[in-house]
Amino acid sequence: MLRAFYGLLAGLSFGAGLTIADMINPAKVQNFLDIAGNWDPSLAFVMGGAIVVAFPFFRLAQRMGTPLACDDFRLPTKIALDNRLIIGSGLFGIGWGLGGLCPGPAISALTIATSSSFFVFAIAMAVGMILARIIMLRA
Amino acid sequence: MITEFTPINALIGGALIGFSAVILLVVNGRIAGISGILSRIMVPAHNKEELPWEISFVIGLLLAPILYFFLTDTSANVAVSANWWVVGAAGLLVGFGAVIGGGCTSGHGVCGLTRFSKRSMAATASFMSTGAITVYFLKHVFGG
Repeated sequence: MLRAFYGLLAGLSFGAGLTIADMINPAKVQNFLDIAGNWDPSLAFVMGGAIVVAFPFFRLAQRMGTPLACDDFRLPTKIALDNRLIIGSGLFGIGWGLGGLCPGPAISALTIATSSSFFVFAIAMAVGMILARIIMLRA
Repeated sequence: MITEFTPINALIGGALIGFSAVILLVVNGRIAGISGILSRIMVPAHNKEELPWEISFVIGLLLAPILYFFLTDTSANVAVSANWWVVGAAGLLVGFGAVIGGGCTSGHGVCGLTRFSKRSMAATASFMSTGAITVYFLKHVFGG
């Protein structure tokens, strides 16, 4: 229950951050990627702000034996750069550029969607995730 | 739609996203990777004990914008492509690519870079590059 409560708090904070920074606006994200056009560097400041806030606490977590509300830290263990990482991320980037949405904003924007395109994107994203997840679980 | 550079709002929003990642790591012991959370909710693993917090996280993501616009008495002003083929293809690529690549802008771009993960640096470089190339073609070659 405690973990679910903090999950909700984290989701609210993440969604509020995306909303205040206007990252739920596909045009804003595409303008960040549009270096040759009306470039809007805001997204870099969003990532930078997030990293600056997270960094000291991520360091602190390394010195904690266990997290506050469960038994263990579960962090990625892979180190090697493989084809899946680069190609998967590359495909993700093409979709990100085409639609101006990534998974967080795609979900948050659903409740304030001004166009059916948001729903089409989210359904297609879910299909893509399920396909990839099945492939990854089989491999 | 032309958007203005909004560094203050970007930093405040970023700080809230960082705070979210801190709660998930320090309290729940997990990485805030939204593509991972969504894919595990839709196709759960054998171990289902992570599901309650993952589902409540998504509920938080969904509620936040409504609450924000209600409390500030403003409304969303967003622009998205009206072409269903384009947004459909974009969604498929985003969902498929993020899961195959082991993360998206949150897991690799925020948490991974904070951890100085080489894999996340490579992933971020990859999706930033293909994203910028795609937008270049979209806006300056095909003139969309």
